[in-house]
Amino acid sequence: MLLNKLSTFSQLNSQIKLMEFPRIIYGSLFYKKKLHSVATTNEKIHNEETTKTMNMYQAINNALEIILEKDSNSVIFGEDVAFGGVFRCTVGLKNRFGNDRVFNTPLSEQGIVGFGIGLANQGITSIGEIQFADYIFPALDQLINEAAKMRYRSGGMFDCGKLTIRTPCSAVGHGALYHSQSPEAYFAHTAGLKVVMPRGPIQAKGLLLSCAEEPDPCIVFEPKVLYRSTSDQVPLEDFKIPLGKAEVVRKGDSITLIGWGTLVHVLLEVADLVEKKIGATCEVLDIMTILPWDTETVCESVRKTGRVVIAHEAPLTNGFGSEIAAVVQEKCFLNLEAPIQRVTGWDTPFPLVYEPLYLPDKWRCFNVIEKTLKY
Amino acid sequence: MTLFKFSRLLSFVSKPIVQQKLNLSSEPQFLGIKSKYTDQLKFVNSDNYESIPIYRILSTSNEKDLPVKLEEETLIKMYKNMIRITVMDKILYESQRQGRISFYMTNSGEEAVQIGSASALTSNDVIYAQYREAGVLMWRGFKYSQFLNQCFSNFEDPGKGRQMPVHYGSKELNFMTVSSPLTTQMPQASGAAYALKLKKQKACVVCYFGDGGASEGDFHPALNFAATLDCPVIFICRNNGYAISTPVTEQYRGDGIAARGPAYGISTTRVDGNDILAVHHVTQAARDYCINNMKPVLIEAMTYRIGHHSTSDDSTAYRPSEEINIWTQHSPISRFRQYLEKLGLWSEAQETEFQKLTLQEFMKEFSIAEKKLKLDWREMFTDVYKEMPSHIEEQMKNLEDHLKKYGEHYPLKDYKST
Ligand SMILES: Cc1ncc(C[n+]2csc(CCOP(=O)(O)OP(=O)(O)O)c2C)c(N)n1
Repeated sequence: MLLNKLSTFSQLNSQIKLMEFPRIIYGSLFYKKKLHSVATTNEKIHNEETTKTMNMYQAINNALEIILEKDSNSVIFGEDVAFGGVFRCTVGLKNRFGNDRVFNTPLSEQGIVGFGIGLANQGITSIGEIQFADYIFPALDQLINEAAKMRYRSGGMFDCGKLTIRTPCSAVGHGALYHSQSPEAYFAHTAGLKVVMPRGPIQAKGLLLSCAEEPDPCIVFEPKVLYRSTSDQVPLEDFKIPLGKAEVVRKGDSITLIGWGTLVHVLLEVADLVEKKIGATCEVLDIMTILPWDTETVCESVRKTGRVVIAHEAPLTNGFGSEIAAVVQEKCFLNLEAPIQRVTGWDTPFPLVYEPLYLPDKWRCFNVIEKTLKY
Repeated sequence: MTLFKFSRLLSFVSKPIVQQKLNLSSEPQFLGIKSKYTDQLKFVNSDNYESIPIYRILSTSNEKDLPVKLEEETLIKMYKNMIRITVMDKILYESQRQGRISFYMTNSGEEAVQIGSASALTSNDVIYAQYREAGVLMWRGFKYSQFLNQCFSNFEDPGKGRQMPVHYGSKELNFMTVSSPLTTQMPQASGAAYALKLKKQKACVVCYFGDGGASEGDFHPALNFAATLDCPVIFICRNNGYAISTPVTEQYRGDGIAARGPAYGISTTRVDGNDILAVHHVTQAARDYCINNMKPVLIEAMTYRIGHHSTSDDSTAYRPSEEINIWTQHSPISRFRQYLEKLGLWSEAQETEFQKLTLQEFMKEFSIAEKKLKLDWREMFTDVYKEMPSHIEEQMKNLEDHLKKYGEHYPLKDYKST
């Protein structure tokens, strides 16, 4: 009975796998090509001995294990993390490292973040989990007024740079208003925080390992639909993906497509479609770090292609796409051949049964890209 | 094979927490509650409880035989620090009225809570404060010049002139920099205490907050986390009757803040915050308990905010001046002074002399601090992150270019330049 209760979410997760939710949520085949072969990290990735096939939750679990292993002053905490977490990201860690270092907290997000700040003040590497990004809002005050401003307001005397908050975000097929949100733009407006969103296992591991060691407080938004639906040959070693760097995941000449998290997969699929139907090649960029973001890589690509489409799941108005569009417009004005377009969620709460029509899916992206190319 | 499977299954079956068959006639077996069944329908309210009494030492009949034994030197040092706070408060309050600093908050009426508790701690104990705890810093050795540098936001303010006056902090003295958002420091204090426990340090965290702040959301997880995660933290509530204009009768309906402690499973006591020896004694006992048991403690210090809330507030708009007068007469300073005079440790002459010297010392530092320049304006852009990201660097450069052209319209002479 007790066991039953505890595994509800992991069961839910395995159902997600069975039903291949990504196909459902973006209305078509999810991008299936192996992403790691496209670009990134390092040579070793292809070496079978130093890598292992992992899905995203396993890669995160692996990163957390590395953090706990190499730094004896590190802890992991949050709601239900001790038994393994509702998405299995912390499985096995309590048994290995003890309940002092991997522990459940009472159910209070402002408590989790405030507590984590205090731990970090004392030099403890603190990895806190907010069960769903939709529930990070009770902790906004601690994140925005406290974590982000602590170094600044104390003249550098105190900081909570050792704090990292991980939280599952974005659409999952049936999450409705409070299990689907992508709140990265709220945090992008807060100087002092670093914000990242991985698109798959390798990025999730590399970015998390970076965040844990960054001297600034970090938030990692983990698109939950990718926990089980993406897998990679993930390096077993302790490697980092530097924050503040975007990645060109596909080279192209005709248009720059910018996304992060789940949307990178959609854009790659759209790029195939554009090539097939229009014969144009798209350059696809994964921003990865939302704050501070990599204007250089983005502008370099735009100067080459002259056209830009930005896609994100979060609503349009004041979404992070607005910031990218404004900066690109300012820095690449003479190179732009068409207005910068944003394909995003609508300015509504995230709905249940209308999800297929809410998301910036392949066809909505394609439609806008087609118009931008013809402009 | 089957047997193996079966035994594994069995080990699962034996796991559930409720192991016996439910027997409704015996003790309740609900998880997490130690309670009895009753056939009497009864609602529980603060009326059903006896209010938590207020511990005091001074002004009791047997004052000669006190449970706190302090060296004469310590007693005098405690008293002198109380006076030093009042001198600083008086001048800085006035200087705000004259527009020489932008803002100030006095400590009048609460000197005993600050000095009484601070004197029972060691410098390894980490302080998380609200803003009305200048005496704690002073006891630890923060100098007049340091208070003044912060209030004048000059180049020697370790906070680099970024925060409003009275937002002190000192790494050296283990006093976390104060911030304005109320009660955010409370769950942080619990986290810091957990860290001390992990690092096996023989120290605790002490977290101060007001009766008003205690209504904030962060109060709740702070206490709940400290209790469930066994954190060596002492929460000290300064219950001074008001949160700006809001009297405590509009802040809560329970038995003050102290009554909430036991509800979280936290050892709690209430103390006369105008009795410096009682505050000292309670804090000392709390510290011992906290560190020996790795558990939190809640102390509610009953006091009265004699001064205005801040320099932006005129408190006679919401409370009768007779009320203020009564508490001024029974101030923690006058009570302690009477005690010291009885012991022959202090006199009128000493008082006059000390007040004069302190005022001189303060005024000297005041005029030095007031004349100092602000830091280079570029410090506006540093410390947002450990390393300055390129977009902030670009903005700094942008302002630099702007000032080259339009610098005359800005008070650049107030800032140091590189
Ligand atoms: C979150 C938050 N809300 C409101 C304020 C404005 N504010 C500053 S002090 C104060 C009253 C605090 O009263 P109390 O905690 O009793 O402390 P006291 O001033 O009496 O020492 C208020 C409402 C604030 N600083 N932070």
